[in-house]
Amino acid sequence: MCFTSQFWQLTVAGLAIGSLYALIALGYTLVYGVLQLINFAHSEVFMAGGFGGLFLVRALVGSSSPSGAASVLITTAGILGGAAAGAVTAFVLERTAYRPLRRRGAPRLAYLISAIGASLFLMNLAGKEFGRLAIPMPQIYQSGTVFKLFGAPVSTNQLVIAGAGVVMLIGLDRLVAKTRLGQGIRAVAQDAETASLMGVDINKVITMTFIIGGLLGGAAGFLYGLVFNVQFNMGFLPGIKAFTAAVLGGIGNVRGAVLGGLVLGLVENYGVACANSSYRDIIAFMILVLVLLVRPSGILGERLGRSA
Amino acid sequence: MSNPTLERNETPGSEPEVARLPWHRNEDVRRLGALLLVGLAVALMTGPSGNRDHPTTGFSGSWFHPRVLVFLLAAVVIAGLMSLYDRARAGAGNRNPLAPIAAPITAVRDRMTSQPLLRYGVYAAILLFAVFYPQSLSPFWQRVLVDQIGIYVLLALGLNIVVGLAGLLDLGYIAFFAIGSYTTAYFTGKLPVTPPFTLTPFEVVPIAILATLLAGVLLGGPTLRLRGDYLAIVTLGFGEIVRILAVNGDAFFGHNVTNGPRGAFGIPHPAVHLLGINYEWTLSSLPYYYLLLVLVIALLIAFNRLENSRVGRAWTAIREDEVAAAASGVPTVKYKLMAFAIGASTSGFAGVLYASKVGFISPDNFLLLFSILVLTMVIFGGMGSLPGVVLGAAVLQWLPQELRGKVPAEDRYIYFGALLILMMIFRPQGLLPSRRRSREIKLSEEGIGGADSLGSASGASGSAS
Repeated sequence: MCFTSQFWQLTVAGLAIGSLYALIALGYTLVYGVLQLINFAHSEVFMAGGFGGLFLVRALVGSSSPSGAASVLITTAGILGGAAAGAVTAFVLERTAYRPLRRRGAPRLAYLISAIGASLFLMNLAGKEFGRLAIPMPQIYQSGTVFKLFGAPVSTNQLVIAGAGVVMLIGLDRLVAKTRLGQGIRAVAQDAETASLMGVDINKVITMTFIIGGLLGGAAGFLYGLVFNVQFNMGFLPGIKAFTAAVLGGIGNVRGAVLGGLVLGLVENYGVACANSSYRDIIAFMILVLVLLVRPSGILGERLGRSA
Repeated sequence: MSNPTLERNETPGSEPEVARLPWHRNEDVRRLGALLLVGLAVALMTGPSGNRDHPTTGFSGSWFHPRVLVFLLAAVVIAGLMSLYDRARAGAGNRNPLAPIAAPITAVRDRMTSQPLLRYGVYAAILLFAVFYPQSLSPFWQRVLVDQIGIYVLLALGLNIVVGLAGLLDLGYIAFFAIGSYTTAYFTGKLPVTPPFTLTPFEVVPIAILATLLAGVLLGGPTLRLRGDYLAIVTLGFGEIVRILAVNGDAFFGHNVTNGPRGAFGIPHPAVHLLGINYEWTLSSLPYYYLLLVLVIALLIAFNRLENSRVGRAWTAIREDEVAAAASGVPTVKYKLMAFAIGASTSGFAGVLYASKVGFISPDNFLLLFSILVLTMVIFGGMGSLPGVVLGAAVLQWLPQELRGKVPAEDRYIYFGALLILMMIFRPQGLLPSRRRSREIKLSEEGIGGADSLGSASGASGSAS
């Protein structure tokens, strides 16, 4: 096979990008779980995280070239800044594009359209305020080979992305499984009406779900910006791919989103080794159509406390 | 922002009950707050632009500048007027802020339905206007009328079938336009790959329609069986894939197929050589305008008849209640697929006309933004309403040209995004709504049936008010 020669290298790269897809996919899956709606504007939450992290890091780094403990601190600050920006965006999004419609009980088409509108609005507003050119992240640390895994070099970037990703994914999994809020989310996902009869404040749960998705998506935006650049339209392709990942794993299913993200990252990297790299973005789409054809409920099935 | 449970349960004499709410739950205060935030957003939208080295310029120039006061003052005035208006109407009737604008038009339309003479009179007046008015325009506006408005009216009419009649969301609509355009370039011999035979643009039309129909069926076939929102994201991806293929098509497994980002040029203008009539369209815009006018009228008649046919009724049934429709023997997937394919082929047809009018196509003509642009037109005008869709396309294509030089071109997508959200909040049925669609949306909000073909309504969105 074409990818066997660089197998481990492709695997490492695939897992790193895959954990980013997983983080974004969780935003789709969580919102889908509670509202049964695809949040089309989630890619803009990701973009906002990229810009939030970028400007914070830029202010912190200044003209210095950090190393050692400073690098670790600034990276952490960047992740938190991205997460905060993402959460604020997701909150505003829920308030403006979703809640007014929910209050009225609008048809589902209306939600999709207003989310598309919000996405268009946010993307182009960012383009207006921050320019439409790609902005590189300032150098926080020297990215080099940290160690070798089966002969494949693992770079600092990949380690940071995968490490931050794993921490957040475990945190989220615990949050949904153990906390009171997680219980609320699962209850609303299972049956919103009954949950509200049992005293769950649905509006609060939905807002919190958006915020959690925003935290993860925003952090992913910063991490993405570390490797690639930050740009007003950076959210589009990762957004589609993360959605693919969510469907692949089973939309509405938290662990499914993680699995789907990792699988997608791997398949994409192996696929690029076989075909021209300019067709990278087509692979995810092919997977999406294939999954919908063969197993629309995804690998692990659709479930966030729901058995549909 | 009213609190529905309070309003519903209370008798007219319970005014003090509402007044006892804490100040921050008061409806007037909340509305003022929301409008102030909207004012800040509008100040930002219309303010100066920043760039990557000065990311705060736009914000400080919008919010820490005297002009922000104008917007905040406007917000206060509007909030005050709305509160007064509410007091005056005592909470009764329609509180829709766009209603006063659309009401006279609706009234005329209501009378038109009952009086055929008036109806044909209005049609004739519009037709006369459409035939003679463009002759008085400058060449620039004639070109806008064809390249921008005419082509997009065609596109919007096609998308109206998908979104308005069948209630499906297609976000990759422009991809079919691209397929139509590239098919034209191929069969007129303007792509690097040589076709088996060369054709004139008019002869390409059936091939392009067939190609886009096929693409629509291939794409819709697997996805339409599933929940409707999958279609939205699959078409979104498809639109981008077609563009990526066009961009990278200059090295398609070692062959130059599409000429890549440079695109195809020199596509011939259409010509008729039939029954002794020889006519060639050239660079001048006006002849194309009349060609488009004839086509748009033909499509309007055809789509109007389609809407009232068995097929149209099937779409209505699917929209209003898919489960009931399926139970009554309507083959839902087949009809949804049909709508999707008809929309796709209309888009492909428009692509042929566009390619042969402009003579030059490149992947940049087929950005995702244009799909959303067409969607905005359909929503703005009124989903499922033929006059509404034509009006929506005309207004939204005319306005940016009118504002050219005053508003930066890229900024218009900010306004379109805001327009989509506002329409969904305040007037989901559009400017010139179809009567049936507005009733459906109203019923759906009351929990009766659906107004789209996206599958069964979700629990949370219906009950979490």
